[in-house]
Amino acid sequence: MGKRINQTEARKVAKLSRLDLSEEEIAEFTGQLSAILDYVAKMNELDTTGIEPLAHCLPIRNVFREDVIKESLGTEKTLANAPQRDGEFFKVPKIIDSK
Amino acid sequence: MRDELPDIDCRGLRDQIAAGDVKSVAVTKAVFEQIEKHERTIGAYINTFKEQALAKAQKIDDKIAAGEPVGKLAGVPVAIKDNMCTTFGATTCASKILENFHSPYNATVVEKLLAADAVIVGKTNMDEFAMGSSTENSGLKQTVNPWDTSRVPGGSSGGSTAAVAARFCYAALGSDTGGSIRQPASFCGVVGLKPTYGRVSRFGLVAYGSSLDQIGPITRTVGDCALMMNVIAGYDPADSTSIDEKTAPVPDYLEKLDEPIKRLKIGTVPELNAGSDSDVQKAISGAIEVYKKLGVEIVEIEMPHFDYAIAPYYIIATAEASSNLARYDGVHYGHRTKNPKDYIEVYTKSRAEGFGKEVKRRIMLGTYALSSGYYDAYYLKALKVRNLIRGDFTKAFERCEVILMPVSPTTAFKIDEKVDDPLKMYLSDIYTIAANLAGIPSISVPCGFDKNNLPIGLQILSPAFSEDKLLRIARMYEKETDWHKKKPVIS
Repeated sequence: MGKRINQTEARKVAKLSRLDLSEEEIAEFTGQLSAILDYVAKMNELDTTGIEPLAHCLPIRNVFREDVIKESLGTEKTLANAPQRDGEFFKVPKIIDSK
Repeated sequence: MRDELPDIDCRGLRDQIAAGDVKSVAVTKAVFEQIEKHERTIGAYINTFKEQALAKAQKIDDKIAAGEPVGKLAGVPVAIKDNMCTTFGATTCASKILENFHSPYNATVVEKLLAADAVIVGKTNMDEFAMGSSTENSGLKQTVNPWDTSRVPGGSSGGSTAAVAARFCYAALGSDTGGSIRQPASFCGVVGLKPTYGRVSRFGLVAYGSSLDQIGPITRTVGDCALMMNVIAGYDPADSTSIDEKTAPVPDYLEKLDEPIKRLKIGTVPELNAGSDSDVQKAISGAIEVYKKLGVEIVEIEMPHFDYAIAPYYIIATAEASSNLARYDGVHYGHRTKNPKDYIEVYTKSRAEGFGKEVKRRIMLGTYALSSGYYDAYYLKALKVRNLIRGDFTKAFERCEVILMPVSPTTAFKIDEKVDDPLKMYLSDIYTIAANLAGIPSISVPCGFDKNNLPIGLQILSPAFSEDKLLRIARMYEKETDWHKKKPVIS
């Protein structure tokens, strides 16, 4: 069976996944994902015409709560795990170029 | 003098502590002695809380001495899988990306354990983000099987099941997305229950596959699973997928535990059982005989789509994971790469450095399955097959109360045996995955040993919200056997 996914596609998926993968990882994952997708193709043996997709196994409905103000975490607790902070803000590298 | 480690279950221990016959401090000390003796070999815990545990134990002992009422788990040492948020210690998910993450809140199940006066011993190792079947995918340490230290404990809750088997605690919490409570329970010779989806709050459980994840107990006996369910089950306004008690009332799981079910019909799927190792098959046949002797009618049923469960599972679980794990962006918490050249690298490099291989692989697979052009062929198709699998159960439960089958086709495999072949690892989940796809409860109960003295688990599956009945049926078997009384000799 032909490869279901090639390295170019794997690189694209890595980009979508926001994963900076090495060339070795791309090569390894390409082979492994192809094998897994070959296996997954087993689903095509089943005729699913007219079958509803089941995203959730129990009937669930939207849940509303009363619109009351409750105590929140607060700045210190919220920022306690921040890799970098600046006063009461999360700090990240510049997003918009200034040129 | 050594403090004694009473060889009883949580129920017995709790009653002795509550009666003042045994001190929680003495038991907690003994548990830590056991940990200090064998943890270097087993590696069950990512973090332990000796001081905090002893202080809590003392508090419980004092309450009892003062004649104050105590909770359902008063003074009982328990462990928590490290994907449940705690304000004490880190919550790592066994991932480098969360190695230093300290949760600002407790998961609902943790609050419930604390409110029941449990003594929390520590947080257990697991496959990173619960992705795996052997605990070998932990980014932080290795856990081995207490029955044979050259073998895996199973996964992903392998730290929790190894801790219960090695007497490092009296019970533990695990989480089960595709078998992660039942399969390691089976490999370690303990009892593990995956409740109905929505029965136990997932608030504070780090999400992997949100439509499949469920927290459940890992214990020495079926009765302890009932006790733990009495503590953790129920609606939680903080989890919108937890089921309200009007729709499905929460019973007292212990109340009728020892009453056998009359005119019971149990379903078996002979061609499914045939797919497991001969020792596993023999143990399952033995369990069927035990039920027959109790007057149970055995009904042979068909599950025509069961064999297809792995394919949709690994699409649905990874698709949900790719979305859930998008939150690890190196911005708000978790690992951030040093010296990123722009903000995109904050994401791509932090994630590449923080996630282990299996997590990356599953994010890739899930992203692919959801990406434009493949969504219908993979994700949508998987959801349809999921519906067919649920239909198999609906039909089967018209003919029998519960279904009985192996938990895993094999007993615990060797460390490194399957790590290089992810598909081979996935295929070992064949018996456990369907319960998650259908959302139904399922239990693993010790039912024998193979030729290498490795434990074998019996899986019993029942309709949604029938855990009380499921536990009673499991108890009927447990009462007739003493597999659950065997414990490993750690060498």
